[in-house]
Amino acid sequence: MKKTYKIDVDCANCANLMETETKKTAGVKDAVVNFMTLKMKVEFEDGVDAKEVMTRVRDNCKRVEKDCEIFL
Amino acid sequence: MNAKQRRNLIRILIAASLLIALNFVDVSGGARFVLYLVPYVVVGYDIVLKAAYGLKNRRPLDESLLMTIATLGAFALAIYEDGDYTEAIAVMLFYQIGEWFQSYAVGRSRKNISELMDIRPDYANVETDDGLEQVDPDEVEVGTVIVVQPGEKIPIDGVIVEGNSTLNTVALTGESLPREVSAGAEVISGCINLNGVLKIRTTKEFGDSTASKILELVEDASSRKSKSEDFIAKFARVYTPVVVACAVALAVIPPLISGDWSTWLYRALIFLVISCPCALVISIPLSFFAGIGGASREGILIKGSNFLETLANVKTVVMDKTGTLTQGSFDVDAVHSKNLNFDAEKLLHLAAHVERYSTHPIANSLRKAYPDERDDCTVEAVEEIAGRGIRAKVNGQIVCVGNEKFMADVGAKSVHCHKVGTVIHIAVDGQYAGHVVISDAVKPHARQAVDDMKSAGVESVFILTGDSEKIASKVADELGIKNYRSELLPADKVAEFEKILSAQTGGKVAFVGDGINDAPVLGRADVGIAMGALGSDAAIEAADVVLMDDDPLKISRAIKISRKCLGIVKQNICFAVGVKVLCLILGAAGLANMWAAIFADVGVMILAVLNAMRTLIAPK
Repeated sequence: MKKTYKIDVDCANCANLMETETKKTAGVKDAVVNFMTLKMKVEFEDGVDAKEVMTRVRDNCKRVEKDCEIFL
Repeated sequence: MNAKQRRNLIRILIAASLLIALNFVDVSGGARFVLYLVPYVVVGYDIVLKAAYGLKNRRPLDESLLMTIATLGAFALAIYEDGDYTEAIAVMLFYQIGEWFQSYAVGRSRKNISELMDIRPDYANVETDDGLEQVDPDEVEVGTVIVVQPGEKIPIDGVIVEGNSTLNTVALTGESLPREVSAGAEVISGCINLNGVLKIRTTKEFGDSTASKILELVEDASSRKSKSEDFIAKFARVYTPVVVACAVALAVIPPLISGDWSTWLYRALIFLVISCPCALVISIPLSFFAGIGGASREGILIKGSNFLETLANVKTVVMDKTGTLTQGSFDVDAVHSKNLNFDAEKLLHLAAHVERYSTHPIANSLRKAYPDERDDCTVEAVEEIAGRGIRAKVNGQIVCVGNEKFMADVGAKSVHCHKVGTVIHIAVDGQYAGHVVISDAVKPHARQAVDDMKSAGVESVFILTGDSEKIASKVADELGIKNYRSELLPADKVAEFEKILSAQTGGKVAFVGDGINDAPVLGRADVGIAMGALGSDAAIEAADVVLMDDDPLKISRAIKISRKCLGIVKQNICFAVGVKVLCLILGAAGLANMWAAIFADVGVMILAVLNAMRTLIAPK
């Protein structure tokens, strides 16, 4: 399952950090953060609850970049 | 400028004017320190807070933390030496200016590029009992009749049921010549209706319409990352830790040997300022994004940064013939009468009559060549004979129109034609009358397109075609192409393409087709280019690069745009890495001060971003 989320982040490197963190989050198979269009594409593992995984993704991202936001 | 950018700009301006004003204030000692602390707090309080947050989350390489250490360190040194606080504040000030500029420039280019692709319709007019009603195009069902007023965008793909107008397709194809349309014509969303009111019956849902598809495609494009982007992301992950480690080493090891702690500490702080990777990281995706945006303005849709990169390295272009280099519609080339009773005019007349009911492209071309076909002649007993031709009774005479085999069947002695093309023979009452030569005309820009490709750095051009050897060699000759393969079945095309692919060393191989029956080859190519794909979902799906109209000149344009974009990417990588490394070396040697470090960080980033914006201007 793939989903796209709108994000807000100020710098390109921070977007890369978010991508790395998202990929590390349990339940996420793969993720691409697009800084130019401010979008995040997440591919989930089979049978996970996307909403629940994304809350964890958001927490992880906020830890590395305080000013980022993911619109769930 | 959004609220956040405005607020930060005000902070920067206040801090800068305070800093300048403080130069004229004559105080010393503690009072001086406190006074200088004010602009620092104004411009840098959020960075310090973020640094504390990073520390709490055990992220020692956080950019804000590095900046905070660098500036506080510079402050501490200034107190120790009772010197100049300006430097410490300037680092923070310029860092914020850099961040501000980055946010502003990226926001602007986002806006610019989305304006370039301004084809998203906001509403659709649906006719109701109380007149027209504006509705969300998402809610319009297939088969609804919508009304498009002059000046409005067509919101959904459909067929015109009423009205005539001209359409501006420039946002979709880059073609500035307006297109005439009338009832019965298929129209695609994203075109602007210029003069008449059009009533359109929709044939697709909004989400499946051309405009939505194109927008989705362009927005997704920069998610497919290129090798350069991956490289720079990996580089950034290594760069910061290495530079920080060097800074620590610089601060500790030399003074242990020689003493002089404050000098080496100062040099280490320079390292921390340069360690921020943002200049590197921002300019690369921005260049690709601008390159993709600039190309789409010209009707060239590139489906990913990776394809843009591949396109820039194309050395061999393999092309389909029909519909790519040639019009794909047949025209009567010559009419040769071989019987004194039938002149050329009469031959065409008869042939057109016999083909009256056929929908074959050849029949269309014959009818086009004889436009007054619907006269008062009687045409009856029309009979199509598969693999031979058509027989009909015209004004009482039996007329047979078809190939040589057909002529032999009816006992007419056909004459071989010296011209290259598809030859249609005509016999009347069993007597051979003559033939019509039909050929697929080469597109007007095809020759120039091939020359342009070569001047853009393409080393070899191939034609693959299912057509006969004679036709293929004629077209190849006309276009100045030496390599062609003819009489290929669809499966042969793939095999032939594989051969070219495996013979290629170094560069990449592109395939250009119309996307209709060459999807397997499009998929096999390093980069598959579909042309004239407007409204053809299958082609848009199969290709990596989509040319919205069918002008072959766009192929070399696409290659040139991608080369320019990749050139800028390389310049930015070399420039940013080069200046940073240079400043690190000079800083370690004591030849660069804090100001050089600020330039290496902020100056380089601003220059790299400005350079990246050049990609938006497509090369001529």
